[in-house]
Amino acid sequence: MSELTHHTAAELADALASGATTSVAITQAHLDRIAEIDADVHAYLHVNAEVSLAAAQASDERRAAGKTLNALDGVPVAIKDVLVTTDMPSTAGSKILEGWMSPYDATPVRKLREAGLIPLGKTNMDEFAMGSSTEHSAYGPTRNPWDLTRIPGGSGGGSAAAVAAFEAPFALGSDTGGSIRQPAHVTGTVGVKPTYGGVSRYGAIALASSLDQIGPCSRTVLDAALLHDVIKGHDRHDSTSLTDNWPSFADAARHANLTGVRIGVIKQLNGDGFQAGVMARFRESLDMLAANGAEIVEVDLPAIEHAVAAYYLILPAEASSNLAKFDSVRFGMRVTPTGGGTVEQVMSATRDAGFGAEVKRRIILGTYALSAGYYDAYYGSAQKVRTLVQQDFANAFAGVDVLASPTAPTTAWKLGEQLDDPLAMWRGDVATIPANLAGIPGISIPAGLAEEDGMPVGIQFLAPAREDARLYNVAGALESLLTTTWGGSLLSQNRGLDTPGGYSTSVKGGAR
Amino acid sequence: MSKAKLMDFDKALEIYEPVLGFEVHVELNTKTKMFSSAPNEFGGDPNTHTTPVCLGLPGSLPVVNEQAVRYSISLGLALGCQIAPSSRFARKNYFYPDLAKNYQISQYDEPIAFEGSVEIELADGKLVTIPIERAHMEEDAGKLTHVGGSTGRIQGAEYSLVDYNRAGVPLVEIVTKPIFGAEKDAPELAKAYVSAIRDIVIGLGISDARMERGNLRCDANVSLRPRGQEKLGTRTETKNVNSLRSVERAVRYEIQRQAQILSEGGTITQETRHWHEDTGTTSAGRPKSDADDYRYFPEPDLLPVVPTPELIEELRAALPEQPVERRRRLKAEWGFTDLEFQDVVNSGLLNELVATVSAGASPQAARKWWTGEIARLANAADVDPGSLVTPAQVAEVQALVDEGTLTDRLARQVLEAVIAGEGSPRDIVEKQGLAVVSDDGALIAAIDEALSAQPDVLEKIREGKVQAAGAVIGAVMKAMAGKADAARVRELVLERATAQ
Repeated sequence: MSELTHHTAAELADALASGATTSVAITQAHLDRIAEIDADVHAYLHVNAEVSLAAAQASDERRAAGKTLNALDGVPVAIKDVLVTTDMPSTAGSKILEGWMSPYDATPVRKLREAGLIPLGKTNMDEFAMGSSTEHSAYGPTRNPWDLTRIPGGSGGGSAAAVAAFEAPFALGSDTGGSIRQPAHVTGTVGVKPTYGGVSRYGAIALASSLDQIGPCSRTVLDAALLHDVIKGHDRHDSTSLTDNWPSFADAARHANLTGVRIGVIKQLNGDGFQAGVMARFRESLDMLAANGAEIVEVDLPAIEHAVAAYYLILPAEASSNLAKFDSVRFGMRVTPTGGGTVEQVMSATRDAGFGAEVKRRIILGTYALSAGYYDAYYGSAQKVRTLVQQDFANAFAGVDVLASPTAPTTAWKLGEQLDDPLAMWRGDVATIPANLAGIPGISIPAGLAEEDGMPVGIQFLAPAREDARLYNVAGALESLLTTTWGGSLLSQNRGLDTPGGYSTSVKGGAR
Repeated sequence: MSKAKLMDFDKALEIYEPVLGFEVHVELNTKTKMFSSAPNEFGGDPNTHTTPVCLGLPGSLPVVNEQAVRYSISLGLALGCQIAPSSRFARKNYFYPDLAKNYQISQYDEPIAFEGSVEIELADGKLVTIPIERAHMEEDAGKLTHVGGSTGRIQGAEYSLVDYNRAGVPLVEIVTKPIFGAEKDAPELAKAYVSAIRDIVIGLGISDARMERGNLRCDANVSLRPRGQEKLGTRTETKNVNSLRSVERAVRYEIQRQAQILSEGGTITQETRHWHEDTGTTSAGRPKSDADDYRYFPEPDLLPVVPTPELIEELRAALPEQPVERRRRLKAEWGFTDLEFQDVVNSGLLNELVATVSAGASPQAARKWWTGEIARLANAADVDPGSLVTPAQVAEVQALVDEGTLTDRLARQVLEAVIAGEGSPRDIVEKQGLAVVSDDGALIAAIDEALSAQPDVLEKIREGKVQAAGAVIGAVMKAMAGKADAARVRELVLERATAQ
């Protein structure tokens, strides 16, 4: 099998099953690819070739002995650095955790290992998942494989870029307000935020507990479904994880069928403030869905006008508390002021040196929002908005099976372009945040390229809580229609990726 | 620490009315901690009873211990509280190194139990109802040891060590409403209240309730207001009160200290105060204002606690008797006088008596042992009577008396040997040959010998001067090395004297 890095996870699984290749060969190919291009993309923070190859070797031995653990046994996967791992450092993109090794694996990571998947490394992210561009990583930004001068989205820009640059077939991400879906949108990949509670959060370094959800990043809908199938399910270590018996999401993706599907277009996310190329691709996709059996209706969700404002109170409030544990007492960085200091001074100096500007901004905001005398006006009001958003979705889903919107207002912007304007960056989350507030699942898949800048555009579908399978059905159907039109995946249109080995010279510096 | 000037207690009570309030923390004796599978055990090498959850490691999540919830509901019911159909955990945010996450998972505006009352009994038999505001679940903090420096406190220490073995141990905090009208009984009421809580949790079997180990901790709030004033005075919260006796002393001390300050025109600082057992004084701790901002918000990692009505009723049906009711019943069953019963209650020996009686001793015998000999020995050794012997051992000693094997004097000797760890009462009787000589033949031989040695006494007895027998009895008892039943000896002496 040639070009092992350019196959989907499903194809790799088939190739392993047929004996056409080995896990060691696949893993080595990805490690080579990483060695070749990651200095430019910077998708990974940690790669442990030795550990990956040993795991691949063990997988090949299992297969030889007829003891394969799962269809994906032997397929490599990248892991967002927000998930703790025992054999690689876990930093969440922050200096404050530099060098820290977790004594336990996050549940989704444990499930990957138990299914025989091969963790390749840990991917870059905005510090503590706070950001939409991965520029807030303390370890330097990740670059968009479509144009290295542009952002790969965030916070999970590392996972999306790794997948888009064929440095991993798929990856795990975390989505608190769009951190899986928005990077998928700007990198021409697939990203899924499962129903809140659908995947365990145990071992995911918490940003905002009531919003965080772990999910898959991939190049195809089927691959996302396959990975989702591995990590889903109840975990006794996470009280908020659901006890549902989930259907096979891979089956939903494989048997996609639009007949009779009612799709609601969210009125509030249909034009205003959205880039022309983004809207053009969105409308094309809707037309294609309508032409193939789906019914498209417009739905009104008035409360989501306030979703961003509510989100940027709830998230910092929870984050200010979740991040309090980073105080140098038990783990991570410690900064002692010159001449020593009290425990408070050491905590303070450590947090001052260890946290980046965006993290500090949100901790201060959240601390304020929870303060006596302000709680009702800020945190309390935000929770009311959250309830209204949930009601709006409940009303909408009474009449439609899924909702659709562009995933984000714009395509990938230039590195540095929005760094000085946090509010602008926050407004970019307008389409993804409502799903987190409501706890419902969402998916973003590639819808094409924007004419004005040639950058990828995504389309988002949302489903009611527990109905993640609907997303795989509708997105799977649309993906099949679009790739037929394009004559291949959207990523195959990325010029820089056509010449393996020549990638860094052809694309470097955004010369396209 | 300079010793504060104190006003005479009675004088303080003349000018001021004390208002009390208590926060009692009860450590539950569940197998595992409140939110993790780490063992809930006292002691152990530092940081060995921990999981990523109690260490607050990145990514870790709490999971509620169901047994702790059941225990909390039982306690709430025993305190006469309503049980919330849905209650929530909340985060109490503050930075302190004994708090692994820098927030404590507690309950705030939605406690599991609220609006109850506890009836307590004072030494003179007076019943007082203590209003309970709420009982809520939370996790304990770790333990800090400050090394270097002179104060033993974090300020000035060279370095501090932290042990998270206790971090996450399940606690129920019981909060009273302000208690008015205690007057001069205030110190005693404080002790009686904590004692009542201790009895309740022991009765429920939900806590080891050992104050010296911190299983039961009391924060005593005291404020004074001038007589006739409606507005409450500024309160202090005294912590580190680790015995029933300290509770009483600390409340008395605070009343006297505050009265002195107020009478001199000073003001009371709202603060926590630390009780010092050795000096019997309190010292200023952290200033504590109502504006302390813990930024409480609902714990997003946990679901609300929603006990089913069936569970609540099941736990209600399994509740043991209330302490005051139980005392009334026992007093009647045992037929004790008021004085006898108060003596037992005030000595804190009720549970020992119950156990001794159920092990077979008569109530009166059990009472005599515990409030007599055992209390005396415990007092001499400055220990708790219950730590010296078990009720079963006491009952066994008494059984030996009842069956005539031991005299009272011999029984005391056996008891001391039991306390010395020499074995069970029966073993000791056997090993040391302490049993009463019940062989009449041996006694008669000794009596006959004594009578013939004292013919004058024999004559007097024959003349009907029965009291003269004492000299012979004494000689016989001496000859038998005390191991004879004096009453039986007397009987036999009279018999032999008249028979001869």
